[in-house]
Amino acid sequence: MSASWMSTVFMSASLGLQLQRHIDYACCINHIVHNGGLYKRPFNEAFEETPMLVAVLTYVGYGVLTLFGYLRDFMRQWKIEKCQNATEREEQKDFVPLYQDFENFYNRNLYMRIRDSWNRPICSVPGAKVDMMERVSHDYNWTFTYTGRVIKDIMNMGSYNYLGFAQNAGACQEAAAKVLSQYGAGVCSTRQEMGNLDKHEELEKLVARFLGVESAMAYGMGFATNSMNIPALVGKVWFNYLFAFVFPQCLEKLLKDAIVHGQPRTRRPWKKILILVEGIYSMEGSIVRLPEVIALKKKYKSYLYLDEAHSIGALGPTGRGVVEYFGLNPEDVDVMMGTFTKSFGAAGGYIGGKKELIDYLRTYSHSAAYATSMSPPVVEQIITSMKCIMGEDGTTIGRARVQQLAENTRYFRRRLKEMGFIIYGNEDSPVVPLMLYMPAKIGAFGREMLKRNIGVVVVGFPATPIIESRARFCLSAAHTKEMLDTALKEVNEVGDLLQLKYSRRRLVPLLDRPFDETTYEETED
Amino acid sequence: MIPLWAAGMDVKRAWRSLYWLFCQFELITCSYLMEPWEKVLFYSFNLAVLGLLFYTAYACLAAQLGSAFQLLGSFLGSPRHNALAVVK
Repeated sequence: MSASWMSTVFMSASLGLQLQRHIDYACCINHIVHNGGLYKRPFNEAFEETPMLVAVLTYVGYGVLTLFGYLRDFMRQWKIEKCQNATEREEQKDFVPLYQDFENFYNRNLYMRIRDSWNRPICSVPGAKVDMMERVSHDYNWTFTYTGRVIKDIMNMGSYNYLGFAQNAGACQEAAAKVLSQYGAGVCSTRQEMGNLDKHEELEKLVARFLGVESAMAYGMGFATNSMNIPALVGKVWFNYLFAFVFPQCLEKLLKDAIVHGQPRTRRPWKKILILVEGIYSMEGSIVRLPEVIALKKKYKSYLYLDEAHSIGALGPTGRGVVEYFGLNPEDVDVMMGTFTKSFGAAGGYIGGKKELIDYLRTYSHSAAYATSMSPPVVEQIITSMKCIMGEDGTTIGRARVQQLAENTRYFRRRLKEMGFIIYGNEDSPVVPLMLYMPAKIGAFGREMLKRNIGVVVVGFPATPIIESRARFCLSAAHTKEMLDTALKEVNEVGDLLQLKYSRRRLVPLLDRPFDETTYEETED
Repeated sequence: MIPLWAAGMDVKRAWRSLYWLFCQFELITCSYLMEPWEKVLFYSFNLAVLGLLFYTAYACLAAQLGSAFQLLGSFLGSPRHNALAVVK
C-alpha cells in the first residue's frame, strides 16, 4: 500500500458554517425510517426549524453587538479606551493585518463578554458531581481572579463521562495504581523505538476483540489519532464537507460527481475514495445513517472511515458502538476509529480494521513514529474499563451502566421535549443539544445554571452556525434519576426565566422524492 | 371592594412582570452583556427614537384627526343649514 494514494476524502462534518451550499437541514425530519429493511429499529431524529421571530431577534441581538463592537474598536484604535486584546506591534502595523477578520472581531467584542462560561477550572474528578474553583472578573472578563472559594458538588452535565468511568475509586483506579507502581507514569519513547510495552499489546488485542475486527492499534491522544493517521492513509486530498449524516442522497451525489469528474484540475480519476463519518455528531446530537452510508460505499466501491469518538461505549446494547446499534457487520467498515477519552475515562484513541491495514499503520503512522506511546496507568484504566463493559471482570456493572445510560438518555430527552425546548438530534444519542439562539442567552444560561449548581457547556459561533447557539448536555450512567430530576427542574426554571421554550412541535413529513438542487431551494423558507 | 393588601399585591405583581419584560428586552437586545456606560448609551438612543416616534405619531395623528373631525362636522352642519333655508 503506498502512502501516495490520490484519494478524495468526504468528511461528514457537523461544522455547518463551513458548508458552502446552505441546506436547510432543519426541515424537521422526524420519521421512522424502514428503508427497504436497512434499518432494524426505528430511527427517530429531529431538527426542529428555527422559529422566524427567534431568528430575526437573534440577528437583531448580533446587530446591536456588532455596532457596539465597531464602537469599541474605534475607541481602542483612537486610544480613548485601553486596548486589552492582542494587537500587532507598532512596527508591524503597515503589514498584512492579523486581527481584522471576523473571527477576531467576534472574539474581542462578543466572546469576551461571555467568556466566564468557558475554561472554568475544576478541582476534582469530573464524575457525576464536580468541584469548581470560583472566580470573578473586575474588568468584564478580560482577567479573572480566584476568590479562593471552591464551589462543591456541582452537577456535571458537561463532561463526556458517558459510562461513568471517570472515578477516583473503584476497580479501575486500583488496577491503574498498581500498574503505576509497577511501570511508572512515563514511557519515554515512541511505539517504534522503545515504547512498545506488553500492556500496549494486551490493550490492542482487547480492543480488536471488543470491536469484532482483526486487529487494532492504540495511540496516546484521540485527536492525534485522526490527525496523524489520515495523512498516512491518504495522499493528495480534496476535502468535501457535507451533511451526509442527514442526507445520504447528498453523499451519493458527491460520490457520483467525484467519480465522473475526477480530480479538480487535471480531471484524472481518483484512485480511492474515503468517506469519513462520525458515529455521533456531538454538536447536533445526531447519529450517522450508517446502513445507508455502507450501502453507498459498497455501491461505489469506496472506503469508509468511522470516527466513533462519542458513540463507542455509549450506543448499542453492549456498548460496542454505532455498528452494533444498527446491527451491522464490523467488517463492512474499513477503518474503525475511536477514542478512549469519553466512555472509558482515560485518554487516547484507537484504529481497528483488517490486519493488513493495522500492520501498515504500525509502520507508516506519524503517531507511531514520532509520538510518545500511551502511559501505562492509562492503558490499564482502559483495559479494566473495557473488560468491565464486556462483562469479563465477572460483574454485570458494565452492562448495567450501558443500560442506565440508555434509560437516562431517553428519559432526559423526552422530559426536555415535553417542557417545550427545541432539542436537536436522535432520541438515542446521549449528547443533548438544547437550542438557545440568542447571544445574550448563551451567557445567561451558563451563569444561571451555575448559580443553581449545575454545570453545563454552552456552545456558540464558531463551533455552531452563528444563530444556532446551544447548550449541550452530556448524560452519564453515573447520573441517577433523582439527579436528572433536579437538573430538569432547574432547566425548566431557567427556561421560563429566559424564555427558551421555543418549540412549536411542527413535524414535517418525509420527502419521498429524490433530492436534487431544486429540492434545496424549495425547502428554504 | 379589593382589600388594601390585595391591591398592594397586584401592584407588586405588575411591577414584577414589568421587570421581567425589561429583562427579556435586555436579553434580546444583548444589553444584558453591555457595560454600564454602553447600556446608558443604548437606552438613551432607544428612548430618543421612541420619543421621536411618539412625537411623530402625535403630530401626525393630531393633524389628521383635526381635519377628519372638521370634515365630519361639515357633513353634519350643511344639511341642517339647507333645511332651515327651505323652512324660512
